Amino acid sequence: MDQKNRVLIGKPGLDGHDRGAKFIARALRDAGFEVVYTGIRRTAEEIAASAVQEDVAAVGLSSMSGAHVRLFPAVIEALKQAGAGDIPVLGGGIIPDEDIEPLKQAGIEAIFTPGTSAETIIEAFQSACDKHHSQRS
Amino acid sequence: MNIQELLQQLHRGEPRSIGRAISLVEDQDPATAEILAGLDKSRIEQALILGITGPPGAGKSTLTAGLIQQLREQNQRIGIVAIDPSSPISGGAILGDRIRMMSHALDTDVIVRSMATRGRLGGLCASAGAAVRIMAASGCNKIIIETVGVGQTEMDIIRLADMTLMVLAPGFGDDIQAMKAGILEVADLLVINKADLPGADMLALHLGTVFPDTDDRDLRLLKTIASENQGLEKLLERIQLLEENYRQDNTLQQRRQNSFTLETMDWALELLRPRIANLIVPDSGTDPRVSAQNIIEQLGQEFSK
Repeated sequence: MDQKNRVLIGKPGLDGHDRGAKFIARALRDAGFEVVYTGIRRTAEEIAASAVQEDVAAVGLSSMSGAHVRLFPAVIEALKQAGAGDIPVLGGGIIPDEDIEPLKQAGIEAIFTPGTSAETIIEAFQSACDKHHSQRS
Repeated sequence: MNIQELLQQLHRGEPRSIGRAISLVEDQDPATAEILAGLDKSRIEQALILGITGPPGAGKSTLTAGLIQQLREQNQRIGIVAIDPSSPISGGAILGDRIRMMSHALDTDVIVRSMATRGRLGGLCASAGAAVRIMAASGCNKIIIETVGVGQTEMDIIRLADMTLMVLAPGFGDDIQAMKAGILEVADLLVINKADLPGADMLALHLGTVFPDTDDRDLRLLKTIASENQGLEKLLERIQLLEENYRQDNTLQQRRQNSFTLETMDWALELLRPRIANLIVPDSGTDPRVSAQNIIEQLGQEFSK
């Protein structure tokens, strides 16, 4: 079976700074991922519903506005509500060090801050996808 | 995984099962045959498969989003298969058609699936047909397939869809483009989108020559401004009129038959591909055409054993 890595990149909340999200989407594409991109200003529920319909193995979120502490866990909650709590969520953006631990506690698989290399991020998505695929089969 | 359970969830229209079933088929999971054989055939027969094609940037996704809006007002359940190209280098893809349809993201009667071409060149992906049938079996009665941005000959959509709509916009070429053989000749509806841009009337004039019969031209050539929701109501009326005609005069049934034959052929060749690949002798010095014939003979002998 030829299982492709399908992931979703979304921007929850109101900030429109999508350079980072697009950069990651392109890096993942170049690493062979199929990347569903939702665009900016999405609600947690919209992202979760899209992830379910698209049957992705991981969701990546980007936030530059400081609202990550509320928005990232909201996506996890929305996924659970949609019966897809098994889909891992990764997040990145302008995230202060002190927020990283609480976000991980809330169930975010990995957090990327400015300066994280594309390789590290790709590897994290790869391992999240591998884990998700192996849970399934 | 329990496939029968998946099929029951699919029949009830549960979103997760639709996404799951399409992935399993797309990744050629061993359960593919069981899934596809278990789909509700009468639902598939009743659904309308509408193809939307056109060059990159003509407004396919925006038009699709507009049609979704119109169809939802009629309370129809809609499936959308949106296809974008895979990278020939990495095999990866950015699937971005959904962005223009996000206003329907929370509507449980709008099922959107983005798919990558995965090496296919005809404007679709190999599993597009299966994805459409899975959506139909989940209760979607109108299914829109949005192809990758195409040129003149990407004709896969014509074979798969009951009806194909070609979206064009001003500024893509002169009257000679409209005279060339290709997809323009076989599309059921020609839509000039961005009709507020300069050159739209000229384009309409040129495209009019595709239909020698004036009644036919009036029926099949339309203008829209999808981003402003203009002309979409009329477009949907035409689609529904054509659907009625096609069902009455058996065009639709014939197209489905034809589609079945061609897709079966594609899949037979696709499934043979690895065995053929094994039989190719590199650097054998023979002409590729001759080498292919030899392989077919070899396969024939294997089959007759």
